[in-house]
Amino acid sequence: MYEDMVTARYYEERLQEEYLEGKQPAFDISAGPIPGELHLAAGQEAAAVGVCHHLEDEDTVTAPHRPHHVAIAKGIDLKRTTAEIFGRETGLSKGKGGHMHLFDPEINFAGSGIIAQGCPPAAGAGLAAKKRNEDSVAVAFLGEGAISQGAFLESLNFAAVHDLPVVFVIEDNDWAISMPKERVSDVRDGSKRAGGFDMPGVRVDYDDAVAIYEAAGDAIGRARDQNGPTLMEVQVHRRMGHFMGDPEAYRPTENQEAAAARDSIERLVEDMEAYGIEGETLDELRTKAQERVDEAIEWAKDQPRPDPEDAYEDVFVNPPSGATDSEPEFELAGGDD
Amino acid sequence: MAQEERDRRVVERELTMSRAMVEAIAHEMREDEEVFYMGEDVADYGGIFDSTEGLLDEFGYDRVMDVPISETAYLGAAVGAAQAGMRPIAELMFVDFFGVAMDQIYNNMAKNTYMSGGSVNVPMVLTAAVGGTYNDAGQHSQTLYGTFAHLPGMKVVVPSTAYDAKGLMHNAIRDDDPVVYLFHKRLMGIGWMPAPGGPKTPVPKTDYTIPFGSADVKREGSDVTVVTLGLHVHRALEAAESLADDGVDAEVIDLRTLVPLDTETVVDSVRKTGNLVVVDEDYRSFGVTGEIVASVADEALENLDAVERVALPDVPIPYARSMENEVIPDVQDIEDAIQATR
Repeated sequence: MYEDMVTARYYEERLQEEYLEGKQPAFDISAGPIPGELHLAAGQEAAAVGVCHHLEDEDTVTAPHRPHHVAIAKGIDLKRTTAEIFGRETGLSKGKGGHMHLFDPEINFAGSGIIAQGCPPAAGAGLAAKKRNEDSVAVAFLGEGAISQGAFLESLNFAAVHDLPVVFVIEDNDWAISMPKERVSDVRDGSKRAGGFDMPGVRVDYDDAVAIYEAAGDAIGRARDQNGPTLMEVQVHRRMGHFMGDPEAYRPTENQEAAAARDSIERLVEDMEAYGIEGETLDELRTKAQERVDEAIEWAKDQPRPDPEDAYEDVFVNPPSGATDSEPEFELAGGDD
Repeated sequence: MAQEERDRRVVERELTMSRAMVEAIAHEMREDEEVFYMGEDVADYGGIFDSTEGLLDEFGYDRVMDVPISETAYLGAAVGAAQAGMRPIAELMFVDFFGVAMDQIYNNMAKNTYMSGGSVNVPMVLTAAVGGTYNDAGQHSQTLYGTFAHLPGMKVVVPSTAYDAKGLMHNAIRDDDPVVYLFHKRLMGIGWMPAPGGPKTPVPKTDYTIPFGSADVKREGSDVTVVTLGLHVHRALEAAESLADDGVDAEVIDLRTLVPLDTETVVDSVRKTGNLVVVDEDYRSFGVTGEIVASVADEALENLDAVERVALPDVPIPYARSMENEVIPDVQDIEDAIQATR
């Protein structure tokens, strides 16, 4: 778990550096080596590893727009993920999806760019497992800002009424872009929404990877044993803006400082040291993680950019008759020109 | 609007499109207490694309409302408040999120007037950011002009300049019907997303309205009529200027509203030039380009020598820059289309 957490943290530090290249001094979102928006998850690693370390490749995970820590914890192909983020041809989505839309079918991982959008497909993965009598489970990650969204609430009901092997994991980082939790929900503990669906709800505080691991073990075990879904909420902290370039003018400095002070990685290190794990061992793991990340980034940057014409492929797996891979010629009408 | 009228109103002061929109909203909020704004990140943040920047300071949280991420609830609530006689402006952060709440938009907002036999009306404005050109992939880059214009019951507005943005916003808020007001991110004048030169224009300080259904001839010409909207007005103007050196005199028409659609201005222009190019950042099939061509064919087929369509091919908008540049029409694509009518 520690190795995945430091991999995710260092990965985001490196992405941040790369992302800002060419976008300074005046931030221009359309410049630099990494296209589009970039939503980083520094501070949320405990949620990802605590849950995903119970999962196998055949278990499904759907991640929201802030996906890197979850993807890494689930075991995504880091090189192809990075190539995707850089918009390269060998990326997981051949450069068509980008960082919010990472799809790795080898490990049943799917991303999504719209709030709560991953919840119904996770229920669907659970439904498929149940219909086929398989013991795989599905986990949908979402932010605390997503718990007001219809897709989430409808998915809870659907999973509950069909006893589906699904775990919904709310990563509570206190902020939905600029909106603090207390201004968008009167329920401070999102897991309480489980009560409305006759489903177990559990909340884990304090950015505690070990506690999350234990709670997730219960929930995932329950799902695997065909005892139905669980709603978990875990407290994490958003150490950065909503996206790169977010000036965070809405956020009090004290809140940023508090988020930085409550670090899940530091907490895990303290726990491990208390268990007698040597600092040297942790250093080795961290170095290994950094080497892996550096290697992935260097590899990705060497990858070819997609041919512009590639844009026309993959709309359909089975293109309809008459469809072409290239842009249609201009059609003339109304004259003999 | 006639050029003389525009000249009369020209003042020294220039505004970005976002400042012009906000000025109109603030004016209407001062004049009418029933006007309020709600959406995600519209209060403290001032709108992700500066669509509400500064409104919170003057009007407070009661009238500039941040809402939970629950588009079905708050867009539907805007419909309810509008039916109760208020004049809500509700913002959908990215138009691509329309699917989350489409039922409230197209089954309630758009149809309640008709289905009530005209006994209720829905005087609300639905604002949304549209457009690509900054590599944000398929769920954050669409324009969807055709989607909203296709479904009956919504007026659809797409400004391309600060002057138009303000006048159209005044009209939208005062309109007794639901108005979908789509602003292109690239035109807003946001610090982190540089705009082309065109959208920043002189804007009168006083209020004024631009009636819906009045397309604007942004450049007069005699050889070919280029019909477009939003960001692509500026790309078409650039193409026209570039071709002027080659002796091609293109007329550029900015539709400004899709519903109602000003076919008269377009048809008059085609009768003059004989050639039509339609440019759209939305998908090609079943969209704006087909509609304009069909409208012109209905009324002026005999005047039509050549037609070209420039639009997004029927693919979701890709992330990588090379592919996005390929699918979104650029100045060269427009020049090529104009040349093809020659």
